[in-house]
Amino acid sequence: MKLDSKIPEGPVAQKWTNHKNHLKLVAPNNRPKIDIIVVGTGLAGASAAASFGEMGYNVSAFCFQDSPRRAHSIAAQGGINAAKNYQNDGDSVYRLFYDTIKGGDYRAREANVHRLAEVSGSIIDQCVAQGVPFAREYGGMLDNRSFGGTQVQRTFYAAGQTGQQLLLGAYSALSRQIGLGRVKMYNRHEMLELVKVDGKARGIIARNLITGELERHSAHAVIIASGGYGNVYFLSTNAMGSNVTAGWKIHKQGALFANPCYVQIHPTCIPVHGTNQSKLTLMSESLRNSGRIWVPKKKEDAEAIRSGNLKPTQIAEEDRDYFLERRYPAFGNLVPRDVASRAAKERCDAGYGIEANDTNEGVYLDFSTEIKNKGKQAAYAQGNHNPSEEEIIKLGKKWLEEKYGNLFTMYQKITDENPYETPMKIYPAVHYTMGGVWVDYNLMSTIPGCFVAGEANFSDHGANRLGASALMQGLADGYFVLPYTVSNYLADEIRTGKISTDLPEFAEAESNVKSQIDKFLNNNGSKTVDHFHKRLGLIMWNKVGMGRNEQGLKQAISEIAQLKEEFYSDVYVPGTSDELNPELEKALRVADFIELGQLMAMDALQRNESCGGHFREEYQDAEGETLRDDENFKFVGAWEYKGSDISKSELHKEELKYEEIKIAARNYK
Amino acid sequence: MAKSALLKSSIAKKYWMALTGLFLCLFLVGHLAGNLQLIFGTPLQFNEYALFMTTNPAVKILSYVTYISILFHVVDGFLLTIQNRKARPVGYAKTNPGANSSFSSRNMAVLGTLVLIFIATHMTNFWAKMHFTTMPLQTITIDNGGQVSSFYITSGWGQDRFINVNQVDGENLIIEGNGFYYTKPIKVQFAEGYKDLHKITMDFFRSKEKLFGVIPNEGLFFTIFYVLSMAVLGFHLWHGFQSAFQSLGLNSPKWTPTIHFIGKAFAVLVPFLFAIIPLYIHFTK
Amino acid sequence: MSTAKNINITLKIWRQKNTKTKGGIETYKLDNVSTASSFLEMLDQLNEQLVNDRKEPVAFDHDCREGICGSCSLYINGRAHGPDTGITTCQLHMRMFNDGDTIYVEPWRSKAFPVIKDLVVDRTAFDRIQQAGGFVSVNTSGNTIDANSLPVPKDDADKAFMAAACIGCGACVATCKNGSAMLFVGAKVSQYALLPQGKVEATERVLNMVRQMDEEGFGNCTNTGACEIECPKGISLENIARMNREYLKASL
Repeated sequence: MKLDSKIPEGPVAQKWTNHKNHLKLVAPNNRPKIDIIVVGTGLAGASAAASFGEMGYNVSAFCFQDSPRRAHSIAAQGGINAAKNYQNDGDSVYRLFYDTIKGGDYRAREANVHRLAEVSGSIIDQCVAQGVPFAREYGGMLDNRSFGGTQVQRTFYAAGQTGQQLLLGAYSALSRQIGLGRVKMYNRHEMLELVKVDGKARGIIARNLITGELERHSAHAVIIASGGYGNVYFLSTNAMGSNVTAGWKIHKQGALFANPCYVQIHPTCIPVHGTNQSKLTLMSESLRNSGRIWVPKKKEDAEAIRSGNLKPTQIAEEDRDYFLERRYPAFGNLVPRDVASRAAKERCDAGYGIEANDTNEGVYLDFSTEIKNKGKQAAYAQGNHNPSEEEIIKLGKKWLEEKYGNLFTMYQKITDENPYETPMKIYPAVHYTMGGVWVDYNLMSTIPGCFVAGEANFSDHGANRLGASALMQGLADGYFVLPYTVSNYLADEIRTGKISTDLPEFAEAESNVKSQIDKFLNNNGSKTVDHFHKRLGLIMWNKVGMGRNEQGLKQAISEIAQLKEEFYSDVYVPGTSDELNPELEKALRVADFIELGQLMAMDALQRNESCGGHFREEYQDAEGETLRDDENFKFVGAWEYKGSDISKSELHKEELKYEEIKIAARNYK
Repeated sequence: MAKSALLKSSIAKKYWMALTGLFLCLFLVGHLAGNLQLIFGTPLQFNEYALFMTTNPAVKILSYVTYISILFHVVDGFLLTIQNRKARPVGYAKTNPGANSSFSSRNMAVLGTLVLIFIATHMTNFWAKMHFTTMPLQTITIDNGGQVSSFYITSGWGQDRFINVNQVDGENLIIEGNGFYYTKPIKVQFAEGYKDLHKITMDFFRSKEKLFGVIPNEGLFFTIFYVLSMAVLGFHLWHGFQSAFQSLGLNSPKWTPTIHFIGKAFAVLVPFLFAIIPLYIHFTK
Repeated sequence: MSTAKNINITLKIWRQKNTKTKGGIETYKLDNVSTASSFLEMLDQLNEQLVNDRKEPVAFDHDCREGICGSCSLYINGRAHGPDTGITTCQLHMRMFNDGDTIYVEPWRSKAFPVIKDLVVDRTAFDRIQQAGGFVSVNTSGNTIDANSLPVPKDDADKAFMAAACIGCGACVATCKNGSAMLFVGAKVSQYALLPQGKVEATERVLNMVRQMDEEGFGNCTNTGACEIECPKGISLENIARMNREYLKASL
């Protein structure tokens, strides 16, 4: 198989405009005759479905949640980037493009990223027009904040709920189309198979999660916008239902899966507290603007803290190791996510972790310095030039409360500790997956007619995603890319006519799904689905997590293969197929996670370099920084499915060409 | 353009509840001002007031608005309650409503029904008597040098305030003058004397009769019933007053605290003053 | 956490096979629940136990488990999202309960939210209300005016945001003694009414959304204020008042 990325000719800044000008169109009178399926209703899916509906296509949209508004895009906190240069700090499309490529550690496609930067401004215009209440300044203009890995203020936000507001904006556009009858919404439906006819994507098999009925839906194009696969680690900041099933099913039908090993670990999450824990909660990256990250300098202090004999506030200033400030004086606590995460892991592995859990994994995020600084400023602002220590602390806490009150309350509710008095405990957690289904410049996978958008594809973030760029990509794909590129594909389908769901391909796909479901329900094993998922998560976290090495990866591959066998022979799934059966839903998802986990380990093993979120312990410099190997690994690793034995999967390489940007080492020192 | 549904929609029903409710609050103020004359005024003033209230055309119109308001408030409230019951066909096994709402706000229908019962009995006892039964007229007894005679009090002008009761005889009467009042022939109708609502009221709360032949000292019973009813009204107003403003969309961080304060003050003060009246009558002589 | 301990509890949970069958409360004993667990993790633990005993696990809605998706519901000991304020059930922690406690867990109760199974209810009525008018009719072409060409007073933008913070969980309906959805609808109407972009269609929006709300069978608001207290996002009653104003304006 030869990978054709279909990147248009010409200078990077003109590629998208030229390409759009030459794409084929579907006339308005033909659009109602054409069906489009959209799977997933997050930012990418909802915006795509709304756009197609508005253009006049016949759209069916699917989500497993009870409402399209609940897709996990809703949980994004910080913001969305756009090259508007409203703050007059020298921002431009080129700079956003450059920052994203650099942030991605030079493992993303130039053309895609440039297009993303080009349309970023329109996203903000679009959202504001839809009534998204972004934060504003007193003059009524939009406010911006800065985020990691950039030197400009280009992040638009709505308090700590930007993802929610953007998703509700896209959901409102989608709702409008549903109300007009142009989009048919299928809530509580899960796609379980892609149906191909003559090599083209022609429909899906979806399970109605309430009745358990398997439904056949046909279409001339299928859009997968089902999000990332972070839940392969069991514990992550993803929603409980987030899964890779839609992406994995099309992978098994012939779509290549690219860069599965690129996983983003977010540095500021609340640490694991116990074995019954179901998910990890993110504390916004914005906290790193005010908090200082540290662990004790002495191991005995760390031990005393873990055993409860010492409190962090009792440790003297000179006995604290502010390791990010020590290692990265230029960026300090604001280094990119992957760098901050690895540094925390390094300290904990060395025995300085402060959390009293099984792995001692946790570091402090301390606001006491900020309380004093801001308190002093506030006192001066009030005309008090000789404030007492008490007054300073009181004012400082007030400042913190205004700025981060919600987050502090949330932290207190979860941990029962007061972060105004004692430092927060944080630890990195799996947050986002840069890898995904391989797509060309038109966002089409290697299956004709099957497009993939948002986090589900691999296309724009390289090996590491910058903060506030996921929202940007989701909406860019759905509003401003797919409407053009899918129409181009559909221009050849205007004569096809309605696709019958009575075709043998549909019957076969349905019976495959049915037999998988029956197998689980009749398996009568001895262990729950979660039991296997947790074991998978543990293997993944320990061996395919923040730090990876050849030996661990090899072990992971064989352990996962073994786990897969055990899973199929010993899993117990209660209930029946014709009812709401959450255990069955989980079983079907975990089956795919297990296979994906193995592929991730294989991908991490073949990539003999460290880049972005992929850190191979063998490839680091003397100071523990990542060592990229541009000569041998400047490619997208796209895997082809070769049967249920995942180890037989075949790697294809798409060389990355850098014409605009000169490749350099990432340096945040 | 969507059709508005000013009578049917859920929000429209709220408007009507609010508007009629607020109007009835105004009515309460007027009614209270009048009734307080039972304490602070003379019987004559009170009866004059009663006559004014039953005959003045403007008051007549207002009274009809009041009847309609009560009716609307009741019917609307009834419809709302039925719909609200239907909105939750299966109830909760365990509830803890006190955690998030006040007693009054949750029991407006029950409180309202009790108020309605009160209004019905109250109107039977006074309003209906005033309108539909032959009432005694207010009399005044004058001891004129050992000669005691009773007089009706009329609604006329100037000095023709007193008519000798003994001389009332059909339509025509001639009053023998003794320098005290008119001497010329005058046409007087029987009903033109002041209906003695004051006396009816006093008797009502002071009666020592047995109610239904069972409950002794019905005056005390009525007094207690009235005081309790006013407490019920107070609870109804406690929520209702400020709720009306919310329903009409009048809620802003600037004004709402004031409205709430006024509402609560109103809910305490007005029923309290009303309740004072029967207590005063019953326990004084 | 060093302060965490284990407690034993009794659960009284509503079980119902599907929409058509009748349900009832069933009692379960659950031991060794860490007080550091969230309420949903406690239910996970119960389900693990039930599955291991070859019994049917309890179905409940949940997804993000960080208080933003609005999936989780649950009427716990007589209160929507349980005995704490400003949070969803997924953010409720077992340290709010004591050893030996009996905890009632019931689904949202509303005619417009029929029970699908056990504790799972159908909240698509909210979607249909949104479809009736909860949007600005603008095409998704991106060819709109520049985002900064229409200044919005900060106060309006902030209020619109606070209204838009609604997660559509339905706690307002569940907790309202009348099963009214006015806080939800009021929040949506308010968000758009406060922004210049939403004013163009304000009249039709409020009329259509209220009409749909009434058709769904929600009860009427009697201003008890319970919704505001139980709302995990603290949506203010002011939004209902604003909707009332908007509706009046639209009707006249």
